[in-house]
Amino acid sequence: MKAFAYVNPANEKEAVGALGPSGPQGPSSDVRDRVMLIAGGQDLLARMKDYIAQPDRLVNVKNALDATITATPDGGLKIGAAVKIADLADHARAAALYPALVHAAGGVGTPQIRNQGTVGGNIHQRPRCWYFRNEEFVCLKKGGNRCFAPAGENQFHAIFGNGPSHIVHPSSLAVPAVAYGAKFRLVGPNGERIVDAGEYFTMPTMQNVRGENVLAADELFTHLILPAPGNVKHGHYEVRYKASHDWPIVFATVILAMNGNTIQSARVVMGAVAPIPWRAVAAEKALAGKPIDAATAAAAADAALDGAKPMSRNGYKVQVAKTAVKRAILQAGGIKTA
Amino acid sequence: MAPKDERPDTPERFTVSRRAFLKTTGISSLAATVVGVADADAQTPGARAVGPGEVPVQLLVNGKRLDLKIEPRVTLLDAIRTRADMTGNKRVCDRGTCGACTMIVDGRTVYSCSTLAIEVQGKQIRTVEGLTRGATLHPMQQAFCDADGLMCGFCTPGFIMASVALFEKHPQATVEQVKKGLDGNICRCGTFTRILEANMKVRGVARA
Repeated sequence: MKAFAYVNPANEKEAVGALGPSGPQGPSSDVRDRVMLIAGGQDLLARMKDYIAQPDRLVNVKNALDATITATPDGGLKIGAAVKIADLADHARAAALYPALVHAAGGVGTPQIRNQGTVGGNIHQRPRCWYFRNEEFVCLKKGGNRCFAPAGENQFHAIFGNGPSHIVHPSSLAVPAVAYGAKFRLVGPNGERIVDAGEYFTMPTMQNVRGENVLAADELFTHLILPAPGNVKHGHYEVRYKASHDWPIVFATVILAMNGNTIQSARVVMGAVAPIPWRAVAAEKALAGKPIDAATAAAAADAALDGAKPMSRNGYKVQVAKTAVKRAILQAGGIKTA
Repeated sequence: MAPKDERPDTPERFTVSRRAFLKTTGISSLAATVVGVADADAQTPGARAVGPGEVPVQLLVNGKRLDLKIEPRVTLLDAIRTRADMTGNKRVCDRGTCGACTMIVDGRTVYSCSTLAIEVQGKQIRTVEGLTRGATLHPMQQAFCDADGLMCGFCTPGFIMASVALFEKHPQATVEQVKKGLDGNICRCGTFTRILEANMKVRGVARA
């Protein structure tokens, strides 16, 4: 990897300062390439070794950011960006309130990656697309003029979104975060702002194709804030090739607000199907007012995949995603599935 | 490799002005990249940049202090293998996907290939070299020998460290817990059943 200068700020203010000078228009995208944050480093160091990332300066945020999980006054939880994924996976209170999130945390990478990797890092890891990760392919995300997926090996790429970049969002935690209606706290030179998780991730356009979210180059992600879950049932189902060392092929989080035995309202969010955590509003509508049973689950799963546009080699993901949604719904209802 | 920097690592070195910096280096291509960093420093009181040249890094490995001068980019694995000459833990994938470099840092397993040495100063680092007591193997090492838990042996130091960490946390772990606990390590020879057997031999055995 290329040599870099290293900064170890002690708090949020110092960390924001270390991200570099802010001009009237804020820092240029060039700064984002030259100055990078390191938390657990489980994604970044591998990219640096492969020369996908070549920062001049690394800013360690492990000492600057909150590494605790605390209760909020409204009965929710506030999770610091520097919390290790292993600590979230082992957190009893989080498991009681947000089982889908904790389930996702326990499935991230390997024990070693969960010991090092952070919640903030998981949400901000870069795409796992093999063209993006290969130095030889100068794709849209690296300043090139094309996405190699449509004409290439696209078996793990997006089935929603229609480009121009066809990545799938790589974070396991982002999907339950959107499903639970989480908010993200960001700090920058002008103070803090709170963004809904559902508004945080950006669909690619030719103008913003190099990034995956609204975080500015001079901002830090500091907290994942979860509202009190209320009377809900939770389902989270991941379809995998391998039990560890890998990302799910497709996964789904389903949160059902109940009124007796009837679903009052639902959140259905799919992972690894689109460049962002993909909320299936049609499926949510299909669930409202229904009991949790096999017919309801199947109809919602069909609705969730309505409009999917697979490419040459990822058509199978449509059926796999239907199964993930259906099983997540049944799991939420305590109905045994295969 | 960056040009070797022989200047002492004093605090003054890192707060040098742009003018003084240009005077002392005189290498325009180098200056072009580093000056941008120096400019940014002027706005960040409190958080001082070190590197990209060698900086003092102090590691606590197997209870012994190691004083190194390394660049910030050096990984824990490379620092220990190439600077401290402890080559027990192996460099295989170097991307955090195989587990051969597994060390224990403050009681938790980490991929030392995916950890910067500069970031684990002040932490208790344990490598496979630290397990024996004199000529006596750690019970987990002995169990790997007894169960024939290795073939080519290249993944073994990482597997032993992951096994030791799991054993210390869950001395009575079940087969399922051992499988889950060791799933960050890969044996390409495929001797997983013997590794599992070695782990189960040690369950409940207190260290002498």
